[in-house]
Amino acid sequence: ERGHGPYQPHEPGYGLYQPGYSPYDDQIPDPQSRTLAIQNAKAYLLKSSTTSGLNLYDHLANMLTKILDEQPTNAVDIIENISKDVKWAQFQKKMDTLRDEYEILPTYEAAEKRKALFLKANDGDEELEEEIGETPLPNVMETAFYFEQAGIGLSKDEYYHIFLALKKLVSVQPIQTCRFWGKILGLEMNYIIAEVQYHEGEEEEETEEEEVTEEGRKGVGEVEDEEEEKEKEDEPPKSTYKPPPVIPKEENGTGANKYVYFVCNEPGKPWVKLPPVTPAQIVCARKIKKFFTGRLDAPVVSFPPFPGNEANYLRAQIARISAGTQVSPIGFYQFAEEEGDEEEEVEGGRDTYEENPDFQPLSVAEMVDSLSTWVHHVQSILKQGRCVWLNPFQKSEEEEENEEEEKAEEPDELQQELQQEIGPPLLTPLSEDEGIQNIPAWTAQPSTNLIPQYAVAILQSNRWPGAYAFASGKKFGNIYFGWGHKYSPENHAPALPPPAQAEYPSGPETTETRDPTLEEELAFKAAREEALAAAEEEEEEDEEGIEDDEEEDD
Amino acid sequence: MEASSLPAALELAAGGGAGLSPEKRAALGSSLLLLQRDYRFERVWFWGCIQGVRGAYYIAEGLGPDRAAHRSRLYSLNCVEWSLLPPATEEMVRQAEQLKGRFQGDPSFEYEYTEINAEDAERLFEDGKEPVIKEEARLVATIEQIDRAVGIIPRGAFVKTPLGSVHENRNFEGLSLTEAKKLSSYFHFTEPVNLKNKTLLEKADLDPSTDFLDSLEHDIPQGKGS
Repeated sequence: ERGHGPYQPHEPGYGLYQPGYSPYDDQIPDPQSRTLAIQNAKAYLLKSSTTSGLNLYDHLANMLTKILDEQPTNAVDIIENISKDVKWAQFQKKMDTLRDEYEILPTYEAAEKRKALFLKANDGDEELEEEIGETPLPNVMETAFYFEQAGIGLSKDEYYHIFLALKKLVSVQPIQTCRFWGKILGLEMNYIIAEVQYHEGEEEEETEEEEVTEEGRKGVGEVEDEEEEKEKEDEPPKSTYKPPPVIPKEENGTGANKYVYFVCNEPGKPWVKLPPVTPAQIVCARKIKKFFTGRLDAPVVSFPPFPGNEANYLRAQIARISAGTQVSPIGFYQFAEEEGDEEEEVEGGRDTYEENPDFQPLSVAEMVDSLSTWVHHVQSILKQGRCVWLNPFQKSEEEEENEEEEKAEEPDELQQELQQEIGPPLLTPLSEDEGIQNIPAWTAQPSTNLIPQYAVAILQSNRWPGAYAFASGKKFGNIYFGWGHKYSPENHAPALPPPAQAEYPSGPETTETRDPTLEEELAFKAAREEALAAAEEEEEEDEEGIEDDEEEDD
Repeated sequence: MEASSLPAALELAAGGGAGLSPEKRAALGSSLLLLQRDYRFERVWFWGCIQGVRGAYYIAEGLGPDRAAHRSRLYSLNCVEWSLLPPATEEMVRQAEQLKGRFQGDPSFEYEYTEINAEDAERLFEDGKEPVIKEEARLVATIEQIDRAVGIIPRGAFVKTPLGSVHENRNFEGLSLTEAKKLSSYFHFTEPVNLKNKTLLEKADLDPSTDFLDSLEHDIPQGKGS
């Protein structure tokens, strides 16, 4: 039986009667008829379409399943698109249900670069002979082994990659000696640093650049003089600020610039040469503490403002760390016997050394017990920022001619204050190093207490945490793994900016005083009026006096 | 790090230059197992080492069945013999915060207060004790602070059972590359502080079995890890 229940869409009468207004509403629908209606509805939904073979029931079920699985936001607004997607999915081959593209992960690119390290150059056998002979390439794995005995170092894989990257560097650049200096960590990326010395006579590129900039500066100076002559009549007061003289940097190959440093972020990436360091950069680097980001061109925002970007800051820190922590066992290096004058020695101190062919290594126990068995073999950096002190007021002959006019202006006081700065001479033992508070500057330990015969003597620096040195028999090495900062027990407190400069000198003519307050002004006004009144009275009295006199005369 | 997977984990964590010598690694392999046997721990984790001026402390943690419960900490100077550390108290942490400078490497070393507030000094003198703090207590406090600040786990690695205890998730296969780059997929492994402050909308998306800890997103200073 079929009752007049809810009308189906195809029946006439559908839609004519709204719920609540149908003429049959007062009748309680028969439960039987309701289930029948449900069955009818379902049967209708299950009816397959003649054109596509799908049926509405399955499509709705798929759509709702998809929605509940994925839980998109604002599903009601995109329901039509979802429906279209479900229908479209019917036509996908069931084998490939993953519709994502094959992801090119960044790890693949990194692996690609590292693989390039392992590929040999295509020149074949010709280069083999050269490689087996003396090569500037250091034996990185050997130093890695020794440091590993102390628990310091990177994983073997990373060491090997660095090894291959160094080999590439050596084959590209004309290098005489090369050493793996260490790794400096950064916030985004790290730096792997190689310390390198060129063959003599190979570095010509940089000197050209310096000459160009100096000529440019001279040109600018001439132009400025002409302008000043024109405007000598009415000028605003000139600033009396004289910037301190720029201390020239040391020549490449000497002092703080003795070695050239190459950095890369990961082994496999191209090596970048760091620019030589200037004393101003070292002086400023001592006052700031910034973490490295890993990008060489990042600006260093600090106070006092650092003259340069991250590449310069990195170079300055490398120079400081090298000067403070590169050590070797005593006797390994000795001063070359010089035939020359003694005058030269007094001025600059000795700055060259050579390996001692008669080096007798001390035992590990001796190396560990006392710090005087180790010496610094890198010149320390003076307060000025150089290794060899230079008086900035000493002029060369050329400049003296030009500056005769300005001699009067130059204050001689500054010249007298500068005293020659002398640092500890090269090859001083570590026992002379100062500690911080009550912590000694170095900690010496053998690598193992259990097997003393084959132990390695290990030094850890406490002033530059992360700097390590080892010595075992005739071999020794230095390395740095760390963030690139000096140890300080206090948190870093940047320097405050200096007080604002006075606008004008305070003298008898121009002095700054406070404005008079209202009471003071009123009091002053009252006092003046009284004085005026008193003056007028006196005048009147005088006049009266004169008149009286005149009357009396008559 | 899990004691059993220590060698592999050390290789991965070696980018910073700190590692363990082969001697220590070999010693740890066996001594951590013995630790598990003696103290009846379910899991033993190697926490790391703290470098002092004259020596280093090697720290291990032992866990019971509930991984989020209080962990017992042990220290050793040579990776062979371990001593239990007392649990950290707030007062210990506060006292240790005032100390500056390196660890000495000797657990019985006593620090003297050089700079303390007037209030603290009065309080300490009232008790009749002298203001010294042992290096052991400083060690405990430092480990507690480090754990609180940077003890993190990836999301999904641990699940909370309906009974409240926390277990490792056996179905955890690691984070995908995109997930691993987001700070929100890592949690602090401590008592959650900010969880209740999330808006209702955020809470609706959370899965109570895996999202029961603070995520790293709202940590100060904000910065990207790499």
